[in-house]
Amino acid sequence: MASRLFFEALRDAIVEEMDRDPNVFVLGEDVGHYGGSYKVTKDLHRKYGELRMLDTPIAEASFSGLAVGAAMCGLRPILEGMNMGFLLLAFSQIANNGGMLRYTSGGQFTVPMVVRGPGGVGRQLGAEHSQRLEAYFYAVPGLKIVAPSTPKEAKGLLKAAIRDNNTVLFFEHVLLYNLREDIPEDDDFIIPLGKANVLREGEDITIVSYSRMVHHCLQAVDSLVAEGYEPEVIDLRTLKPLDLETIGKSLKKTHRLLIVEEDYKTGGLGGEIIALIDEHYFDELDAPAVRLASKDIPTPYNGRMEAVTIPQPEDIIREAKKLMEA
Amino acid sequence: MIQEKIKLATTSLTQDEALAVYRDMILGRVFEDRCAQMYYQGKMFGFVHLYSGQEAVSSGVISQLGPLDYVSSTYRDHVHALSKGVPARAVMAELFGKATGCSRGRGGSMHLFSAEHRLLGGYAFVAEGIPVATGSAFKSKYLKEVLNDPHRTEVTACFFGDGASNNGAFFESMNMAALWKLPILFVCENNLWSIGMAHSRASSVHDIYKKALAFDIPGVQVDGMDVVAVHKVAKEAIERARAGEGPTLIEALTYRFRGHSLADPDELRDKEEKERWRKQDPIPKFQHFLYEQGMATELELKSIDREIEVAIDDAVQFALDSPEPPVDEIYRFIHAEDE
Ligand SMILES: Cc1ncc(C[n+]2csc(CCOP(=O)(O)OP(=O)(O)O)c2C)c(N)n1
Ligand SMILES: [Mg+2]
Repeated sequence: MASRLFFEALRDAIVEEMDRDPNVFVLGEDVGHYGGSYKVTKDLHRKYGELRMLDTPIAEASFSGLAVGAAMCGLRPILEGMNMGFLLLAFSQIANNGGMLRYTSGGQFTVPMVVRGPGGVGRQLGAEHSQRLEAYFYAVPGLKIVAPSTPKEAKGLLKAAIRDNNTVLFFEHVLLYNLREDIPEDDDFIIPLGKANVLREGEDITIVSYSRMVHHCLQAVDSLVAEGYEPEVIDLRTLKPLDLETIGKSLKKTHRLLIVEEDYKTGGLGGEIIALIDEHYFDELDAPAVRLASKDIPTPYNGRMEAVTIPQPEDIIREAKKLMEA
Repeated sequence: MIQEKIKLATTSLTQDEALAVYRDMILGRVFEDRCAQMYYQGKMFGFVHLYSGQEAVSSGVISQLGPLDYVSSTYRDHVHALSKGVPARAVMAELFGKATGCSRGRGGSMHLFSAEHRLLGGYAFVAEGIPVATGSAFKSKYLKEVLNDPHRTEVTACFFGDGASNNGAFFESMNMAALWKLPILFVCENNLWSIGMAHSRASSVHDIYKKALAFDIPGVQVDGMDVVAVHKVAKEAIERARAGEGPTLIEALTYRFRGHSLADPDELRDKEEKERWRKQDPIPKFQHFLYEQGMATELELKSIDREIEVAIDDAVQFALDSPEPPVDEIYRFIHAEDE
């Protein structure tokens, strides 16, 4: 086991996969000399050179398209969004090509590309730097979407994403980069995409979350357990394709569902999950499923307003209790 | 079209203008120094990008605009806002996240707005403001030619960095502005770096002003540490815009004296480079100019400096004393119907 910070775990994954496959390369703004805005690729340009650690101009749409083209022709780009929000500028190339090109080419081309970087609500970064794009991209056919919650998860999932032959969006949370965890020292430590993780077993309620909100859930669960409740907690890990089976299995025990997400309530993942549960597990529910999400507002700069925008542990405790008492 | 490097400028500044420009530059410098202090004291948060070193560009251009002219900026926007007349109190209060801030505490450092001062915004995404500024210039042309407004043509000054000049929005906007002869100044503040990326590593052509050639509009390179030179170049571009002759690309060679943001360790720019540019500090340079021209004495400038210090003290106090926006107003301003 090696004790690693979140950003170091990501670096380890990148290094191991670049050593394993010479077609893997990294591109993005300041990934080379600067080492990435959150130091994920620090010093790697010394080891891999400028073409495998490619510093791009600030041209998101076009360098994303470039990555698509390189991927279609045999390379395996890892594209860093300096902040994932900036990839709004690259939406077309990621959605039209990363997502749909395999299909539109009748299966002739694949786009094995990872698009990774920081996102989520940080500390008073303002609306444009606090985006949760997972929901924006969710509807695009062909994309896979991952959002890890801990360093170990980040490493295992990123390695799987790099080896995957599809375009995978990999959302890291700005406030998780300095989290520390022990990680197995094994070059083939992989966490497969599409499998959720049951973090805690319990019978009273199923709490489903991902990324940073998993930590808010765990904090809330500590209080709930102290009060005698037994919640089950599921970390989705991969948002798309969704591991509905693991959620369904849990509901067969708990019959109550609370989803906690940092994206907007409107058009967010929670709504999608609830619709799927309605379709597949309606009979299991003893109470209407509940989603706790961010308020439908551009993230305000003011600190108190920002805090109220996203779900907090006390909100989770309140909603979970309401559900369990329903 | 002329693509030129402006070397030595004979001044077009009157004494009154010169003193106003000086005051504006000091305002920008002192404001930013105070921001750094306040940031380290935990009074402001997030990413805060300071402008110190680049004052000659903001002051040299914006001092020549009127209240009906427009300015658009980037995340490095505090000083452009001040130059355009947004009160230091309102800018400081915004950085403190207060209800009295120019964006009512919702925007923060990277999203300064003032409709009253025709500040179209600080834009947090690189190059995001360039198309928007092209839009205000379009409106000004429309006002003249469709709505037959009798007043002089409004002008837009659009500020952005060297890094932004590699973004498609820059080229696409220049094309439209040239195509429709829009009254706009594209002011590229080339401070040689975009975060840790040296300009020479990011652009195949190092002289940004030459990119105007592709759109058949005037492109001018100017010493951005010399406010007299910036003033002269901007004056011509503004006249051209008002006369309906279309856009100008101005490349101002400048340098930021601090890291990219207050969170940036600034490890990549070498010491020598920083020292070399420090010696070009636009403020002492302009002071010398004012003495030489007999436009001001040291005593007079010192008294301006003191006035600005007092104004910034006042702005900080105002920001500290101001209320936070009420949390129950969190949904206010989402839609046009919200007052
Ligand atoms: C679309 C977009 N991409 C990337 C960023 C991250 N970023 C912020 S500032 C910056 C560098 C910009 O450099 P330049 O345009 O030269 O302006 P300067 O900061 O030097 O004033 C980058 C890459 C961003 N804010 N927006
Ligand atoms: Mg720059």
